[in-house]
Amino acid sequence: MGVIEAHDLRRTYRTTTGIFRRRSLEVEAVRGVTFEVAEGELFGLLGPNGAGKTTTIKMLITLLLPTSGRARVLGYDVAEDPREVRKRIGYVFGGDRGLYERLPGLDNLRYFAELYGIPPREQRPRIDELLELVGLKGREKERVEGYSRGMRQRLHIARGLLHDPPVVFLDEPTIGVDPVGARELRGTISTLIESGKTVLLTTHYMFEADQLCDRIAVIAKGEIVAQGTPQELKDRVTEGSVVEVEVYGVPEGCVERVRRLQGVRGVSVEDRDQAQLLVVQSEPGYELTSALLGELDGTSVGRVSSRAPTLEDAYVALVSE
Amino acid sequence: MRSLRLLGYGWAHHFKIMSRDPFNGFLAVTWPLFFATVAFFMFRTSGDAQALFIASLGATVMGMWSVTSTSAGAAMQRERWHGTLELLVATPVHFSLILLPITLAMSTIGLYCLVSTLLWGRFLFGIDLQIEHPLLFFVAVPATIVSIGLLGFLLAVTCVRYRTGWALGNALEFPVWLVCGLLVPITLLPDWVRPISWALAPTWGMNAMRESATGGSVLPDVAACLALGLGYGLAGVLVLETVLRSARARATLSLT
Repeated sequence: MGVIEAHDLRRTYRTTTGIFRRRSLEVEAVRGVTFEVAEGELFGLLGPNGAGKTTTIKMLITLLLPTSGRARVLGYDVAEDPREVRKRIGYVFGGDRGLYERLPGLDNLRYFAELYGIPPREQRPRIDELLELVGLKGREKERVEGYSRGMRQRLHIARGLLHDPPVVFLDEPTIGVDPVGARELRGTISTLIESGKTVLLTTHYMFEADQLCDRIAVIAKGEIVAQGTPQELKDRVTEGSVVEVEVYGVPEGCVERVRRLQGVRGVSVEDRDQAQLLVVQSEPGYELTSALLGELDGTSVGRVSSRAPTLEDAYVALVSE
Repeated sequence: MRSLRLLGYGWAHHFKIMSRDPFNGFLAVTWPLFFATVAFFMFRTSGDAQALFIASLGATVMGMWSVTSTSAGAAMQRERWHGTLELLVATPVHFSLILLPITLAMSTIGLYCLVSTLLWGRFLFGIDLQIEHPLLFFVAVPATIVSIGLLGFLLAVTCVRYRTGWALGNALEFPVWLVCGLLVPITLLPDWVRPISWALAPTWGMNAMRESATGGSVLPDVAACLALGLGYGLAGVLVLETVLRSARARATLSLT
């Protein structure tokens, strides 16, 4: 039995439009997600914005009721036993929100320590321990409104760990944090696993998932499109190659034409200052460079290179299918 | 014991947040003084000294109700806006132990309303602050504050479910002034309004304060005020789990 189990989990949002003739709209944010996370595992939900990562995590932490399907955390049903689930989980989300800005970090932690029923005598040592862990020792008496994004994120993590939960949900914890701060946060996440916690992490950073996760589920348009270890996902595209072409102004319809070329597995375009980088993944046995340059005839082209595929290429191929 | 500690800690926490907000603090300080000034000018023309004092008590309860009705919804909206509402719901305690201290912290400003309104009337309008039963007066005041706080709690429950629930508190601000006889006696209102007045704790709180000032019978009004407050509190606690389940189903705990 997994510590976290999701079985055919679905969530539909209903909205209405119009003033006089109101029409009801339904948006399927999560469409039949199934996965299991084992004890002590760091499991990553990887996907682009709007893929359904946060909706999935909010169902698992009892903030949203699934439209259908079933999910359990440590054997407790998230829809039927929310209080039992809440006692055993910590939840940390990314971004600026979720803190009492006008109060010091210490007051934020003390309030949540009360809410999680930590005995008064244990509160201060536990808070001190966590402040040390997240590197906020000495800054806890300052108001949160003066904290940097990275400091706020570390305070979020301290808050989520106050009651020493065996299961921790991290929803894009490094979003908007500078590279040094993000590296420190990843270090903190690694220590959670070393201390035996089960972690579910959502992110849209491939390297983060690659570096931290034992297993990854790639989610796109509300569905899991691939699941496995980072190596297994990379192996899906290790055969074949990736051609990168620096283009100054990708012509209209070019991406679609390239996608239709024989042997093309996936195409993406990345902005690079004044140029764009056309990244084309090919099936094994195909040499696409000349066909590509043929499609770009008449366009100003810079550097052309070929390389082995990475996890990012696997991800792009999966979410663009 | 833990619940009491949580209520006390929550009250102090939210009172601290309110005290750190200079703009709302300025409004909370000046608001009751405006109510008092309007009431004093209205009733001064009668030349009746006691009517003027009763008007100042009415202005006090108006201040208590206004602060609670508008701030309870605004506080919940602030929690939702700051993303803390979801975090509060995600904790394992019964949500009433989180919500109740928020509204009680708001209604505590009622104490300030009382002191400021009475002093404002005494020093600017020369109102004689003669209270026949001072001891019972100081029983009536906390009973009114707590009951109004519990009515605010019931309003705040709707704000958990509906993103625009805060508007309900604003919409009820002035009607309650009228229906509860805070400005004019309820005997002047149509008969069909009476049952509504009786169902609202500020009516009985106002009566209790008035009776203690004029030497009438205070305790029945205090008892009615507290009983109604208890009723609001119980109703709020009973419906809260259903409301939260509905909020989880409709995804209204967050802004988007």
